[in-house]
Amino acid sequence: MATMQFDLVSPERRLASFEVNEVQIPGADGDLTAMPDHSPMITTLRPGVLKVSGAEGEKSYFVTGGFADITGPSATILAERAMPIEEVTAELVEELISASQARRSAAKDGAADVAAKYHADLTATLDAIVGR
Amino acid sequence: MPNLKDLKNRIASVKSTRKITKAMQMVAAAKLRRAQDAAEMARPYADRMEAVMGGLASAVGKSDGAPRLLAGTGNDDVHLLVVMTGERGLCGGFNSSIVRKARAHASELLGAGKTVKILTVGKKGREQIKRDHADRMIGHVDLSDVKRLGYSNAADIATDVLSRFDADEFDVATIFFSRFESVISQVPTATQIVPAVFEAGGADDSGTLYEYEPSEEAVLEDLLPRGIATQIFTALLENGASEQGARMSAMDSATRNAGDMIDKLTIQYNRSRQAVITSELIEIISGAEAL
Repeated sequence: MATMQFDLVSPERRLASFEVNEVQIPGADGDLTAMPDHSPMITTLRPGVLKVSGAEGEKSYFVTGGFADITGPSATILAERAMPIEEVTAELVEELISASQARRSAAKDGAADVAAKYHADLTATLDAIVGR
Repeated sequence: MPNLKDLKNRIASVKSTRKITKAMQMVAAAKLRRAQDAAEMARPYADRMEAVMGGLASAVGKSDGAPRLLAGTGNDDVHLLVVMTGERGLCGGFNSSIVRKARAHASELLGAGKTVKILTVGKKGREQIKRDHADRMIGHVDLSDVKRLGYSNAADIATDVLSRFDADEFDVATIFFSRFESVISQVPTATQIVPAVFEAGGADDSGTLYEYEPSEEAVLEDLLPRGIATQIFTALLENGASEQGARMSAMDSATRNAGDMIDKLTIQYNRSRQAVITSELIEIISGAEAL
């Protein structure tokens, strides 16, 4: 089966880099799956879960946002904050949600919708993760 | 001529100074390694970000719908200088050279009749700039409690700068920091961050045509603030490495100077000790002869 290079990088370090068969990406306009030889594409991300499946099985990462740069032979995810889903803790959930809440109440007019959507996506994702 | 006891005390004190500078040098060397590793690890993100932004900016930049962060306000009157320095001294000319660069830039702008506002990051820079630009300083970011620089520190600075931009407080923003070249060479650098400048063509050099989702403009709108935060983060990391590098070489030469001084003082000490012995001998001999 064809594989593609998958990289997950945060501003502070490279979190993952290996060959995969497919990547499920939480795009801003909806989820999408990138497989080898996908047409070149750049999409922004919403808070959600990134799923990759490769030779070693499936792996999931939680991302708070960022963007994905997909080319035929590779998929690079640039996430502001990302971690393996197993490392999401209750404290972190609290922290993220309260930060997002604060931002939502501080945002005005145009930014308010964006902040509200971000908050909704974030809570939905985190609830799903923690409630597993 | 100082007496023997004074000399002995001097030597002891210079020796303990040498121990301190030696220790500081070793600590700086260890920290430098860590700072360099951090800068190394941040590189993939920054490079990719730059490439994507470059491609996007050259695609959208010319159209009328370009975001303000890229196109600018259309004016060039109010300049914001973000001066990044260290929180601590004892690192040679590191802080002063950044401040000197910023000051030269500020006086050039003032000479051209522009308004200058200054935001400082790091205590040392603020102290030096306060002397002649106290009324132009609009803020200060304190990083002295930060043990390990994280992206969130940079993101906070970026948010601050961007909210000032949205409030029309300035037209052009430039960051001042020191680029790390090697342990002995750190180059004070000025980079304009608002309106954003990117080397054109980045992502396009492979010739691939990207599809953007939701749209080129929306992606660019979303990415620009991140790009600026990334630039600030890179600058902070470079600065961190430069500071440690500068401290390391400053402490190295301080240690060497202390060593030279100890040698000189020891020679002086031995000479005066011998002089004392000689004069004692002369006294004894001349006393014996007189008998």
